[in-house]
Amino acid sequence: MPASTVNTKAAPRPAARRGPPLAWVGWVFLILLALVTVIYIGSKAWSNPILFLQNFLDGLKLGFVYALIALGYTMVYGIVKLINFAHGDVFMVGAFTSFYAVSRFNLHQWPLALFPGINPGLSIVIGSLTVVLLSMGVCVILAVTIERVAYKPLRDAPRIAALITAIGVSFFLEFFGALPFVFSGRFIPYKSPFPTTAWYIQDGIHPIVSGTASPDNTISFSNIFLIIAAASILVQILLQFIVKRTKVGIAMRAASYDKSTARLMGINVDQIISFTFAIGAAFAGLGGVLYAVAYSSIWTQLGILPGLKAFVAAVLGGIGSIPGAFVGALIMGQAESLTMSYISTPMRDAVAFTILIIVLLVKPTGLFGEPAQEKA
Amino acid sequence: MKRVLTIALVLVLAVLTAGAADLKVAVLAPLSGAVPSFGLSTKEGALLAIQEWNAKGGVLGMKIVPIVEDSQCDAAAATNAANKVINQDGVKFIIGEVCSSASIPVSEIAGPAKVIEISPTSTNPNVTVDKAGKTKDYIFRACYIDPFQGGILAQFSNTRLKAKKAFIMYDQGNDYTIGLATAFEAKFKALGGTIVGKETYTKTDTDFSAILAKIKNAKPEVVLLPDYYNIVNLVTKQAKEKGISVPFVGGDGWDSSDLDLAASDGGYYTNHYSKDDPRAEVQNFLKAYAAAYKDDAGKGKVPDALAVLAYDATNLLFASIKAAGKADTTAVKTALEKISYNAVSGKITFDKLHNPIKALTILSVKGGKINFDSVVQP
Repeated sequence: MPASTVNTKAAPRPAARRGPPLAWVGWVFLILLALVTVIYIGSKAWSNPILFLQNFLDGLKLGFVYALIALGYTMVYGIVKLINFAHGDVFMVGAFTSFYAVSRFNLHQWPLALFPGINPGLSIVIGSLTVVLLSMGVCVILAVTIERVAYKPLRDAPRIAALITAIGVSFFLEFFGALPFVFSGRFIPYKSPFPTTAWYIQDGIHPIVSGTASPDNTISFSNIFLIIAAASILVQILLQFIVKRTKVGIAMRAASYDKSTARLMGINVDQIISFTFAIGAAFAGLGGVLYAVAYSSIWTQLGILPGLKAFVAAVLGGIGSIPGAFVGALIMGQAESLTMSYISTPMRDAVAFTILIIVLLVKPTGLFGEPAQEKA
Repeated sequence: MKRVLTIALVLVLAVLTAGAADLKVAVLAPLSGAVPSFGLSTKEGALLAIQEWNAKGGVLGMKIVPIVEDSQCDAAAATNAANKVINQDGVKFIIGEVCSSASIPVSEIAGPAKVIEISPTSTNPNVTVDKAGKTKDYIFRACYIDPFQGGILAQFSNTRLKAKKAFIMYDQGNDYTIGLATAFEAKFKALGGTIVGKETYTKTDTDFSAILAKIKNAKPEVVLLPDYYNIVNLVTKQAKEKGISVPFVGGDGWDSSDLDLAASDGGYYTNHYSKDDPRAEVQNFLKAYAAAYKDDAGKGKVPDALAVLAYDATNLLFASIKAAGKADTTAVKTALEKISYNAVSGKITFDKLHNPIKALTILSVKGGKINFDSVVQP
């Protein structure tokens, strides 16, 4: 823990406040920085509220995608105390699986192919859901395999060993995927299983015809945004239900609290850990498909940055906490969107990772995290 | 005995005169290595030009003898090939190399030996200019350098799209996009336009919503997006979702079979040539190329940009030898500097840095196809 290590070095002094010792200069600087940011963004928002709302919506879209990935980080950390860096690459495999399903095998059209009389709208919905389920399935198989092959043998090794293995697995997936006979290292245009529709708001909601201009000073959004938001919120609710109300959820919480006691209580901890990886990977797969649909260009390293930012989101929310990951992801989405809009686009990554540093300095447990307790 | 001697003497003389009437031209092309398809196109384009000149009786009565060497798009292999053709074969004229990384070492051998080198496709400024910024006397190229496209795009936006307000977005870490953006901005302002916004991004960005919101707000009449097709696909798709109908324009980075034609619909980009260009030079070349080269199915091949530029580079060389009146490289170099030649890829003249000043072809993306739009003269 940073707090204790720093304290042992410093001369003994009365702790004025709980938490890590950040000198008052640091606090003043942080508060000033926060004030300047709030005032600056506030004035911008005041001068053009429509543009601000548009940026807010765009930030939400990013945030919801990060939330889907961050859940996987936080759940796995909660139970095995491992930061699974390969998670972003599982997300990438989800995107590629749906690409092959759609572009090579036309899986999204199977209802229309089997039942030619079917309503085309219904066909698109069923077809797209099939593609999503397939991607989620492939991600689950991949993640459980990774867990069995790479992490399980190291469960009793020092945590740093598992962490380094996770980084290794991540690189393996990226560069194995980049081989010409796997996914190839090129940027590949992604064909969406369903058509994109966009609308703008001006005295009601009107569709945007592709290639024509929507009126100025209106807010626009697309069906992709709605689907991402709905998926992200549903997953959040589903996960709360699983963790709080089901037997598996109770077992997960028990294993997270104390693995050996959980074992004594008749819980198959190995199975529970695999299950946790599987759930996280399923949501990452869903996120991968939605991300590819939203941004329409895929390559083997597309998982790195969203994965790292989702990790920052999980830390910001308090790693191990499921609602924390969700809230953290939404904050990250806004931070990025507002940086891009009011500072500059290339600054977004810098701001995202500055947030990580500030959280670790000021409140390492994050917004919703419980203070970590070292177990014997 | 006398008769035999006379015959021998006549034969020797015949051989000597025939030798003197030959014009040796080396073609350095990467026939193996990283980009063999570039090499094949280059070889085919150059040899076609040589065949055509020979069919017309050669240059100044001299028959042209091509010497094709595999330079592998590699500095070492290209150096060996250049040494071989200059020192062993006595070549005074080189067409090649394709890659800048190979053309630069060749230029360092050719220049001091007073051998003319015309690279068809190397875009690096250092091919024709040395490190001190001085033009290499004997080295030319047939393609435009990257930033040149920026100026042409500004001109195109101003005259054809009638745009007075432009928005520029480019990758801050890529010399190609920076070069195009800088050249565009200078030319667009010089033509009386205003730049209503300038935004940068990095090559790993996928979400352009904030830049697009700014574009929507700034109401430009044209957006310059001089990046490669993958970024173009991302940006134009998100622009369509945001209800942005302003045309996007870009350089030859757009040229890819992976360009998303639905998303980039309404956009324009520059290229070396278009097979739909109605000019006689283009149509005659297409016919001659299809007649000379067949694909695996036995159908006439459609030349790519590399074949066109190799053909143009070779023709430029012979036209300037003809203009010089002799195959002396110093005279040919002066003739090249003054030439004005109607090539397939447009009318070519050279600037002080031995870069061609030539028309660019603008292609438009419309209705799921790439169409020939216009030719812009600088």
